[in-house]
Amino acid sequence: MPSNVVKLRRQLVDYFFTGLAASLSVLVVGALVAIFAYLVLRGAGSLNWSFLTQTPKPVGEAGGGMANALIGSVMILLIGSLLGVPIGIAAGVYVAEFGRNRLGKLVRFTADVLNGVPSIVIGLVAYGLVVIPQKHFSALAGGVALAIMMIPTVSRATEEMLLLVPQAVREAALGLGIPQWRTTISITLATARAGIITGVMLAFARVAGETAPLMFTAFGNQFWSLNPSQPIAALPLQIFSYAISPFDEWHRQAWAGALVLVILIVGTTTLLRFVFLRRMLGGAG
Amino acid sequence: MATAVEVRNLRAWFGKTEALHGVNIAIQSTHATAVIGPSGCGKSTFIRCLNRMHETNPEARAEGEVKISGVDVYGVPAVEVRRRVGMVFQKPNPFPTMSIYDNVAAGLKLNGTHNRRTLDEVVEHSLEKAALWDEVKDVLKKKSGASLSGGQQQRLCIARALAVKPEVLLMDEPASALDPISTAKIEDLIFELKQSLTIVIVTHNMQQASRVAEFTGFFLMGNLVEFDRTEKIFTNPSDKRTEDYITGRFG
Repeated sequence: MPSNVVKLRRQLVDYFFTGLAASLSVLVVGALVAIFAYLVLRGAGSLNWSFLTQTPKPVGEAGGGMANALIGSVMILLIGSLLGVPIGIAAGVYVAEFGRNRLGKLVRFTADVLNGVPSIVIGLVAYGLVVIPQKHFSALAGGVALAIMMIPTVSRATEEMLLLVPQAVREAALGLGIPQWRTTISITLATARAGIITGVMLAFARVAGETAPLMFTAFGNQFWSLNPSQPIAALPLQIFSYAISPFDEWHRQAWAGALVLVILIVGTTTLLRFVFLRRMLGGAG
Repeated sequence: MATAVEVRNLRAWFGKTEALHGVNIAIQSTHATAVIGPSGCGKSTFIRCLNRMHETNPEARAEGEVKISGVDVYGVPAVEVRRRVGMVFQKPNPFPTMSIYDNVAAGLKLNGTHNRRTLDEVVEHSLEKAALWDEVKDVLKKKSGASLSGGQQQRLCIARALAVKPEVLLMDEPASALDPISTAKIEDLIFELKQSLTIVIVTHNMQQASRVAEFTGFFLMGNLVEFDRTEKIFTNPSDKRTEDYITGRFG
């Protein structure tokens, strides 16, 4: 039996560390809440219907909005996700399921390096790959830049989630006479899908706010454009150029733009989660 | 009595280690055959060669002849073999994100059967045969396979294996992770199932072998030491090593 002194000491240590862990969690959540609250405080005032439906007005004219940048961001992110997510998932599947060889190690290493490449450099790569051959800036080039940034995050998340699927699950499928490719797609990937979707959402959220790789790819545009092969506005670009401008009205709009960007990211990830994970069954984890 | 599985000079390796040194055996159809022996003697490797699961390990290799109803399994695609020779594993392994219904239907669905009525019928029939239907019929599509108890999960895995209508069912210590009541249910099930299909069951538990199987094979260090009627193996074995094992001198 431990003496009362020992008991008391253990209890105090327990309280201390539980309290420490709790307050640090509050700090993490608090940072997010603070950012969001500040954005609402500064941006909500300028956020109105015309901000969401109109294009920018020339300097000096009141009103106007970021509708073109909102649509532009959605387009660039759509192009980026359509290109980046399938490639990322495919690479992750290869490394996890078939990559117990040199090529697999190489792919994993490359993904890690790519993950660490500064986003401005990725923008340069997209500039070289798309802008120079096309001879002008475009939404497509912006999408390619974001896709390259998404690939390593998605592939690493896919790989890690697939490695969590017990070998017994793959054996069960193979034991039923289900071919290897079918097992990988319909059993292994399906079992890991919750984690993979989380990884995709992380990648999406990360690139949605990227500004640097869009500067010389999507370039920005003060006018309406839905043409993927033309320069296009994007929320981060618009926020950047308004924030460094000398006009108060533009500063207010930049705050509103930042708020819209955060809502876009949170809204999309919540929607994706809802659509893809809604049908999870009880006890499925 | 007809032979369901005929094995000639079967050798198997993991990397450079030889795990089976030439096994010869003829397994009778619509009977249960138990495979016993101490840990690491090659029991599991042996049955995993019968449906070519052994080779799913990248290091593994097998050689020799395994004929299921006269067809050499190494002469036809592995997926075809595995549809004819089902398998139940030591630890219940339902597909965790699938409903009970989808677990049972998986083998058919993923091999191209999509007719709703066929699937419904097969699912019901297979769950009935696995003595699980009454316990799950109201939650077929609502509950995941992983939400069932361990014993129920194992019967679900048996139903899943039965759904593709195999001729032979391999069971690799199917009850070793289960409680006594669930074990008794699985053993009752083996009694029912062997009326219509051939069962090969690996077990650590000699009482279990004597309860469920007409024939028993004793493996030791990668060799099939003795293969005979179960009562002969347990009452009057011809090999000294078999006797030592069943009397508990080692193992």
